[in-house]
Amino acid sequence: MNIPENMCYTKSHEWVKFADDGSATVGLTDYAQRELGDLVFVNLPMAGDTFAAGDTFADVESVKAVSDVYSPVTGVVADVNEELADAPQTINEAPYEAWLVRFDEITDQEDLLTAEEYAAFVESEQK
Amino acid sequence: MELKTPLYDCHVAAGGKIVPFAGYLLPVQYTGVIKEHMAVRTACGLFDVSHMGEFLIKGADALANVQNLFCNDFTNMYDGQVRYSPMLNGQGGIVDDVLIYKISGEEYMLVVNAANRHKDAEWVQRNLTGNADFEDISDSIAQLALQGPKAKEIAAKVVPAEGIPTKYYSFVKDVDVQGIKCTVSRTGYTGEFGYEFYCAAEDGPKLWDLLLKAGEEYGLIPCGLGARDTLRLEAAMPLYGHELADDITPFEAGLDFFVKLEKDHFIGMDALLIKGEPKRIRVGLKITGRGIAREHCDVYNGDEKIGVVTSGTHCPYLNAPVAMAMVPTKYAEAGTQVKVDVRGRRIAAEVVPLPFYKRS
Repeated sequence: MNIPENMCYTKSHEWVKFADDGSATVGLTDYAQRELGDLVFVNLPMAGDTFAAGDTFADVESVKAVSDVYSPVTGVVADVNEELADAPQTINEAPYEAWLVRFDEITDQEDLLTAEEYAAFVESEQK
Repeated sequence: MELKTPLYDCHVAAGGKIVPFAGYLLPVQYTGVIKEHMAVRTACGLFDVSHMGEFLIKGADALANVQNLFCNDFTNMYDGQVRYSPMLNGQGGIVDDVLIYKISGEEYMLVVNAANRHKDAEWVQRNLTGNADFEDISDSIAQLALQGPKAKEIAAKVVPAEGIPTKYYSFVKDVDVQGIKCTVSRTGYTGEFGYEFYCAAEDGPKLWDLLLKAGEEYGLIPCGLGARDTLRLEAAMPLYGHELADDITPFEAGLDFFVKLEKDHFIGMDALLIKGEPKRIRVGLKITGRGIAREHCDVYNGDEKIGVVTSGTHCPYLNAPVAMAMVPTKYAEAGTQVKVDVRGRRIAAEVVPLPFYKRS
């Protein structure tokens, strides 16, 4: 299980990477993509959309099922990874590179986990 | 509590992701649904389908009972032939869809859906008449499905030539597959060329291993329930609990070919005759908008809700989302434009002829 040290995580299996300018890039963790299986569709928000921490901001579908993606922060969508529309499988192939959106104007955030805490959480989920 | 099939340890050893299904613990996938799906379309896949139920009907009145229980006609079958049929209730709804193996005029094997096994056993026994005995042999049998264009070559390596059924929907009994006694049939639930093997439960793991080994050079991989579902959906095969149910008639399900109204009698026949032409029918939908329609999604004509999706997914071989839905017959014509509500979004879809995929 790949859990990079330089990111934060949610209990709903999103990763968050904060940039120096305070914006946050969000994607799905390696554990999430494994649990979901082969992804075939990604429904992303539009730039300018506003979400509160804990809101559903996107959904991803594997062959078998659909899954919501939750916003780890309260903020405005600044960028959307449009490439995922044609290549959702990149989330399976490189989950920490296949970002979904970048938020800025962030005013609040979920209680985020460190890599170590997230690893422990995933372990407890598997029991 | 979920049961384990005789192959359970094989699935765990092969890295299968185990889920509960129809009362059994079965692998939903091993390496990935798309990879497994494509293996069946282009090479070969091996499925554990031991959860399926097997019944025997034996006795002088075995044929008469099969004729009464099922809406298809079994009078013109040869020994060693398989026939598909819906089994109807008194209202013409579908109790289950079943494969009927004619062992002889006095012995038939019924292969039923796992989820319906106990309901079916009860139904069949309740309706048995004359000289016929019923036996549920499900627990003593392992069933494996070898499916894909390379199934023929793989089977030829381990099955003696006379043990390979040559005709579609035929079978050979008491075949010696490297020391394992099997029934081998040319059947399957993938829309692909293939065979199904029935053997004693305790021989299941050995058969699994020897088929996997024989198929290695042809790209054979183990496949789970996920691929089984996407394959059958792509081939537009109905699944009980989705396209088929106690309140859906075979005409509504588009299974007219398997209903022989010219027979003297079968359970449900009178109800079907009274009901007449169906008012709703199963159709295929090609999703033309962005999204994947799933089971239970509502189907709309403009703002009017007209029906519901019975199964839907992204089909790996077609590389497109498709669905089956139950809609009023007036919307069933190919080319009809509809909308499907996918989690609050109305996406465009078009009625298309079934099946979505047909083996060339």
